[in-house]
Amino acid sequence: MSATGVQAAVSQSQAILALQGLRVHFQTYEGRVTAVDGVDLEVQRGETLGLVGESGCGKSVTALSILRLLPSPPASFEGRILFGDMDLLKLSPEKIRLIRGNAISMIFQEPMTSLNPVMTVGRQIAEAVRLHQGVSAQEGWERAVDMLRLVQIPSPRQRAREYPHRMSGGMRQRAMIAMALSCHPQLLLADEPTTALDVTIQAQIMDLMLRLKEEFQTSIVLITHDLGLIAETAARVAVMYAGQLVEEAGVKDLFRQPLHPYTQGLLGSIPVIGHKFETGRRLLQEIPGVVPSLLDMPPGCPFHPRCSQVMEVCSREAPLLLDKGEGRKVRCWLWR
Amino acid sequence: MTEASAKAAPAAHRQDGEWKRRWARLRRNRAALFGGSMILLYTLIALLAPLISPGDPAAPNLISALEGPSAGRLLGTDELGRSILARIIHGSRISLLIALGVVSVGLLIGVPTGLISGYYGGRVDFVIQRLTDMMLAFPGFLLALALVSVLGVGLKNTVISIGISMIPLYIRLVRAQSLAVREQVYVEAAKAVGTRDGKILLHHVLPNVMVPIIVQTSLGMGMAILFAAGLGFLGLGVQPPQPEWGAMLGSGRSYIFHAPHVATFPGLAIFFAVLGFNLLGDGLRDALDPRMKA
Repeated sequence: MSATGVQAAVSQSQAILALQGLRVHFQTYEGRVTAVDGVDLEVQRGETLGLVGESGCGKSVTALSILRLLPSPPASFEGRILFGDMDLLKLSPEKIRLIRGNAISMIFQEPMTSLNPVMTVGRQIAEAVRLHQGVSAQEGWERAVDMLRLVQIPSPRQRAREYPHRMSGGMRQRAMIAMALSCHPQLLLADEPTTALDVTIQAQIMDLMLRLKEEFQTSIVLITHDLGLIAETAARVAVMYAGQLVEEAGVKDLFRQPLHPYTQGLLGSIPVIGHKFETGRRLLQEIPGVVPSLLDMPPGCPFHPRCSQVMEVCSREAPLLLDKGEGRKVRCWLWR
Repeated sequence: MTEASAKAAPAAHRQDGEWKRRWARLRRNRAALFGGSMILLYTLIALLAPLISPGDPAAPNLISALEGPSAGRLLGTDELGRSILARIIHGSRISLLIALGVVSVGLLIGVPTGLISGYYGGRVDFVIQRLTDMMLAFPGFLLALALVSVLGVGLKNTVISIGISMIPLYIRLVRAQSLAVREQVYVEAAKAVGTRDGKILLHHVLPNVMVPIIVQTSLGMGMAILFAAGLGFLGLGVQPPQPEWGAMLGSGRSYIFHAPHVATFPGLAIFFAVLGFNLLGDGLRDALDPRMKA
């Protein structure tokens, strides 16, 4: 399949990516764990979708599954990941390789370690370009320099010749963005792209990503635990808990009226600067307990041991994802 | 911030700076410098052997057999009256050639195998590692000895058998390093842009496991010289009349009481060559990987 063939295949349908009943299991020495448990999710063309949840809820595994970056075994998959009309889970290793970096790219959390320390930054970007565009080494290099300029790295021509250790975390993350977007992918998976950065740099990086998203017509799946970031950047939000989607809503709806007790807990745990004295805001809320071990999931709703509004049914039966209309979905017995 | 640092930074690359630092560390290490000088000296002797050698190393002169060191014959003569100095000088060619050959065999087979074993893991790794276990079950010299007994004696077979006995060391070393490197985010990032496995191994994994390979190469050359001398001593290595140090030591041992110089000087040649490579190897390890310094 040619590079353009991959891009053309998705140009027809509206949803650029659709996860259908995605389950990811890992075979471990202690037994089989289900890290992602039946996720249904759609990403529309040109949209920014926020994927939120605590550590270990399956956000990153979901993203890595899309690009099939999880070694299998120990990972095994069920369900479908539709990119256009292709099921990414069924593609041959060679075809999925053509999609990586070309139609779907990924940015990682740790900018300090996601660039090869013994290769110049320019060469790393140029290799990604050459891989998919089949251009000459010279042209690949020029494209790398252009991309570095695009992500606002000063004196890009010189910086391209430097090794990653000469760059700050923010610059390296810019370089990573340059690499990820160098082939104009249709979908960008950003796995906590700003978590390791200073707050001021965070804002710059997010601005940059959103600007380039407009420029390249790229859809973004933004994985984060930072609800503030989601509020500012995403149009739609999906909240994950223990491998399941517990709530999905437009970003305004979600912040105005969270339906799931877990989402309510998440929003209650954000400190609001300066509001304490003025309006007599309640104490900072916390969600008691911890995320259950994947090896020892509670029966019924996985959130019920920590839920403030737990009912008798919750420990017996797992709720289904309810469609509340207007793009709102929630997995909770309260809304039955 | 970015503006200022970009202006302040000269066009130097990381590698330049890093290698400069490593070179400085190596230069401060006297033992390593001594080792390096020894090897340089041996290399020069080997390269210039026909020019500096006092006569033919293979020309017998029975009248002056087993003469002790004198002004005319600096290191004396052996049982056939051949100049020991000439034989040691020409022997350095053989020993260094063996060392290079052995290490090349070890590198060419051991490094790719170790990379594949560590990077892919799983069944491939299992099979390679069990084979490696089998080879490591024999002491290295014994394995070389067994291989020579199968292949036969001579320079080429000495290189092959010692080289094969060294392969598992490189496999283990490179595998262990690759296991660590393959978990690095930059390898995952390279995969995420669609880089082929072969390219990831060559461009991302191999350069990041180079340092221990360099160190092992230096130590391996010392070991190769010692093994080759051992085989020569037993008469299973390079064959006479080629002036191999181990074989010279072996034939000299019959006269150890009344002409000790015949065995002593080749022994010293082996000793200093192995010492040189070992000191340089240790120094390289300290210079290239300061974390390993005790």
